Amino acid sequence: MTPDDLDFVILRALWANADQSTTQLGQKLGLSQPATWRRIRRLQKAGVIAGRRLVLDAEKLGFGVTVFLGVKLATKGRVSLEDFERAVGAIPEVQTVDHVLGLYDYRLRVVARDLADFERVLRRRIMTMPGVGNVEANVLLSEERRPGPI
Amino acid sequence: MLDDVDRRILRLLQADPATAMPELAEATGLTPARATRRVDRLREDRILQGSHAIIHWPALGYAVSVSLRITLDKAVARAFDEFISAARAVPEVIEIQTFLGRVDVRLSLIAKDLSDYQRIYREEVLTLPHIADIEALMTVASVKSDESLPL
Repeated sequence: MTPDDLDFVILRALWANADQSTTQLGQKLGLSQPATWRRIRRLQKAGVIAGRRLVLDAEKLGFGVTVFLGVKLATKGRVSLEDFERAVGAIPEVQTVDHVLGLYDYRLRVVARDLADFERVLRRRIMTMPGVGNVEANVLLSEERRPGPI
Repeated sequence: MLDDVDRRILRLLQADPATAMPELAEATGLTPARATRRVDRLREDRILQGSHAIIHWPALGYAVSVSLRITLDKAVARAFDEFISAARAVPEVIEIQTFLGRVDVRLSLIAKDLSDYQRIYREEVLTLPHIADIEALMTVASVKSDESLPL
């Protein structure tokens, strides 16, 4: 689909706050509830809106540390990438896994209670995985998400 | 403080933020009124801060996603602030993170294709202030992206 200007306005509004009802959103845009609903439905069907993400205060929930890990696989031929992806994706503290091209093979986002807890996850769960070579860790200090070109 | 029921509510909402209150009540063994009170309190305490729509950029024609790892020139006092406010003005930047480690700042950048990326990289990224070093990692595939907390 080719979204029009109004679709982009809707996307941006739902990106900022997906909790609002179609009635509330429609009122803001001067659009009827059914018309708003139809547009959102179309954006979902086209795969532009891929779902909803809950925003939680990680720190208040006891997760004080987020670390971005760059992982280089040492033995790419022997261990299949899929095995690594399955195993690393199954670790509850691993929030995201991206297969990347460049200095590292994978980028992981790992959450932990504190640095000691992170060390436990890193040593016991990630470093013990077959094929893991060089690992670089960067501790997250601040983060902001931008709406992007919409 | 949070108890097990709160955690269960958050786990269910995390898996599906659209979960309706009656469903939430049934799954946690609470009455709908009690479930509503619990959710309201989690919101008041700012533990539950709302939800965002997830935009799948490839569906809008942005096929390229690059992670830029940047080291800043720390000899300049306001390097971080000036870099970040300039990076905010680049529309294709969708995430900005700062770090303690070898990398100072990471930008998540999207582009329509490789030539579009090259243009953004040359004209809008390399012109950002106080860059000492920059490395690019191109995303081949996103294997896991739910960003759930292990509650």
